Amino acid sequence: MAELLQQIVNGLSLGSIYALIALGYTMVYGILKLINFAHGEVFMMGAYAGYFSASALGVQTYEASGAGFPLLLALAVLVVAMAASALLGVSIEALAYRPVRSAPRLTPLITAIGVSLFLQNAAMLLFTPNPRRYPAILAEVRFEVGGVILTNIKIAIFVVAMLLMLGLYMLVHRTWTGRAMRALSMNIDAARLMGIDVNQTIRATFAIGSSLAAAGGILYGLDQIMINPLMGVLTGLKAFVAAVLGGIGNIPGALIGGILIGLAEQLTAGYLSPDYRDAITFVILILVLLVKPEGLLGVVRQEKV
Amino acid sequence: MLLELREVNKIFGGLHAVKGVSLHVEKGEIFGLIGPNGAGKTTIFNVITGVYHPDGGQVFFSGRDISGLSPARIAEGGIGRTFQNIRLFRSMTAEQNVMVAGHRLHRSGLASAVLRTKSHAEDERRLRERAQELLEALGLGKHATEAASSLPYGSQRRLEIARALMLSPELLLLDEPAAGMNSHEARDLERQIRWLARERGVTVVLVEHNMSVVMSVCDRVHVLDHGETIANGPPAQVKTDPKVLAAYLGQEVDAEKSTSEKSAAEEKAP
Amino acid sequence: MSTIGALPPASPPRWPLRFGVGAASIAALFGLSLLLEGGLIEYVQRIILLAGINVILAVSLNLINGTTGQFSIGHAGFMAIGAYGSAFAGVHIAPLLAGVLGEGKLSDAVTFNLSLIIGAALAGLSGFGVGLPSLRLKGDYLAIVTLGFGEIIRISFNNATFLGAATGYFGNSPAGLPAYTSLFWVYLWVALVIIATWNVTFSQTGRSLLAIREDEIAAEAMATPTTRLKILAFSLSAAGAGIAGGLFAHMQAGIRPEDFRFEKSIDMIVMIIVGGLGSVSGAAIGGVFVAVSLELMRDLNQYRLVLYALLLVVIMLVRPEGVLGTRELPHLVTDFLRRRRQREAAP
Repeated sequence: MAELLQQIVNGLSLGSIYALIALGYTMVYGILKLINFAHGEVFMMGAYAGYFSASALGVQTYEASGAGFPLLLALAVLVVAMAASALLGVSIEALAYRPVRSAPRLTPLITAIGVSLFLQNAAMLLFTPNPRRYPAILAEVRFEVGGVILTNIKIAIFVVAMLLMLGLYMLVHRTWTGRAMRALSMNIDAARLMGIDVNQTIRATFAIGSSLAAAGGILYGLDQIMINPLMGVLTGLKAFVAAVLGGIGNIPGALIGGILIGLAEQLTAGYLSPDYRDAITFVILILVLLVKPEGLLGVVRQEKV
Repeated sequence: MLLELREVNKIFGGLHAVKGVSLHVEKGEIFGLIGPNGAGKTTIFNVITGVYHPDGGQVFFSGRDISGLSPARIAEGGIGRTFQNIRLFRSMTAEQNVMVAGHRLHRSGLASAVLRTKSHAEDERRLRERAQELLEALGLGKHATEAASSLPYGSQRRLEIARALMLSPELLLLDEPAAGMNSHEARDLERQIRWLARERGVTVVLVEHNMSVVMSVCDRVHVLDHGETIANGPPAQVKTDPKVLAAYLGQEVDAEKSTSEKSAAEEKAP
Repeated sequence: MSTIGALPPASPPRWPLRFGVGAASIAALFGLSLLLEGGLIEYVQRIILLAGINVILAVSLNLINGTTGQFSIGHAGFMAIGAYGSAFAGVHIAPLLAGVLGEGKLSDAVTFNLSLIIGAALAGLSGFGVGLPSLRLKGDYLAIVTLGFGEIIRISFNNATFLGAATGYFGNSPAGLPAYTSLFWVYLWVALVIIATWNVTFSQTGRSLLAIREDEIAAEAMATPTTRLKILAFSLSAAGAGIAGGLFAHMQAGIRPEDFRFEKSIDMIVMIIVGGLGSVSGAAIGGVFVAVSLELMRDLNQYRLVLYALLLVVIMLVRPEGVLGTRELPHLVTDFLRRRRQREAAP
């Protein structure tokens, strides 16, 4: 029983990270009908941005002296990383996606794959392929509750993820930008005719999605300790499956999908075999696409003939 | 009865697009299906050709129930169609567009194609000849090797008809074939439709907004409004049916009435 | 003018003539390959071999992605199945055939080609299995599901202990897999694949595939059996990738799942994009281009892949239709010659 709860706890925190990344995929797809393959790399860059800004703020000295990294500085690191990723996301949109927005659907798909590969290899050049140990931006505190090992990091992941998603909910439903985003996802041409600045809204969508991915990156680093330039590939793909599972284009769906994928992965690793932890996500992907492609919360679209 | 619809219904989410429509088309007829925009005419075409499955009711063709069959099966069975928004194979030539529909004439299989056997070459020749014949019949002979996308609008519409005829259909559904045509082209189209029905023995069902074409060419007309049948009969009879007039002109007549009432009231006020 | 779906000549050459030309070509190819093997250094030979394998990959993938317009981005999986399938089959039928035909070139040749065909058949069957449920999906969804299947195939090989799992499959002998692959065999298969694909593309089947690409709904309304044809094209292209996989396997000591990662699928896509999506000759050009440019960039070490990715993005931004678009090189040449003759005839 404790074993099961342990896996569930691990799965929830892993799933929260997937959810944060999945939100970026789902928001961009909802508006542009584009699978932003490069989003996994934005997640990875966010993690590295956290790494470097924490180092700049002297996290290593804090670690060495045994004192915890001040919460204020930790938040500063989060903000810096989120801002840097937002900037990266917006730049990618402007340079690589906007020029091909009206091209047949295939072209942006290939372009996105190209950007993704570019960022992976650029990161390997800039940061070397060697995995790095993530600094203790949050010093780990373990405690046991009823046979289950919890850490403050796992709790922080869940809490931060929930807070950010709550913030996103507020933004999407209570602000003009959010309303514009929803309008664009329903009918981009009508939104333009109603005077909504389409380009600005798209930029905002990329910025928000990227900053959430960066938060996910930092949390991932804290949880998994090691980061490397290719960490975005598999994790990004899994987060994408989470978005599809929940219903691509659907924001609450991304949250549910993320949690479900996290749980599925953790339970598979714990009860079946760690070798299959990656495979289960692909199996879920295929099952979803073949059985209910619109996902759990998605709606079927009839094509007009 | 070549085609029969019995109480056909089609619902899209909240929209009940076709409500219990029944009609029948006799062999050799030219049958008109008219109604204001959004009446459900193209939806009915899509139900007949299998693009949509009916949510209620049945479609019979030559006595067989074809409701819910796949579009390819229905086309094979002898129903050809054109589309409201032209759906040609844009980067292919006119000739190739027509040849695509020539499956019936092409008996040799893939292996023959790979090995380039004589029977394959003969099939291709036969397909090409028939396509050429149809293109000529619709006045497109000299455009045979031009890309479909480069043809003028009227020619594209006629090409769609040629393509559908390649199926040797018993029933041909034409969706707004006169759209965007001037009166000269429309007269040509009327001649071609009559030729199809009288000389080639093809039963034609026509969705059309151009009333002069409908009145001139159709043997019977079926009128829809908001998914329901509101009239049915020979063109002259339907033309003067008050329900039909109301459906097409009703709103304008009311609007005219109310503005003239309003200005009369204003004049009276101090 | 579009040269898509151009028509085959009215009367095909007689069979004796075909056999004659075929035999002469094969002999010429054999002679040429001996010459090159004697004259060129190993390194250059390897590039030529890889270029040929790439051409088979590109021409096969082009059938489903280009001609039929159904985008698959997991084809490395089928290459893997062909590679492992033919390697495994080869290792096991070699002794049987040696027993019947005696050790030597003949037995090797038969073993090799038989194993290639087995690998291709397995790949084709897998293509059928993947295509059957997946080809109902369109666009992005289809792409993602093929990606998923490609990964599952790779992960399966990674966990298949009887095939060496992650370490790789090296056959039964300490020297590794037999090095059957040679310039002659690669380019013989290149010729077969190109001819077969060309003949399919320029036939009623090819026309129907193009119609599916242009407008699937209209194609259906013209009685085209779209589902059957999509699955057929998908299976054939998988089989082609399988042949390439088998050829690839037998030029290495062994094959590992790592050789068939998502990156390999991307390589294939780059090949057909560079050449022109929908063009058979374009795919061939793209295949050669990718093999050659990857080698040329080898000196750039770590910068190689960065530049490669950047190249892909730039192509999509600047010339997404690639070198030939949907046109074919032979048709461009004949069109040019015809126009020149017309100009000379009319003063």
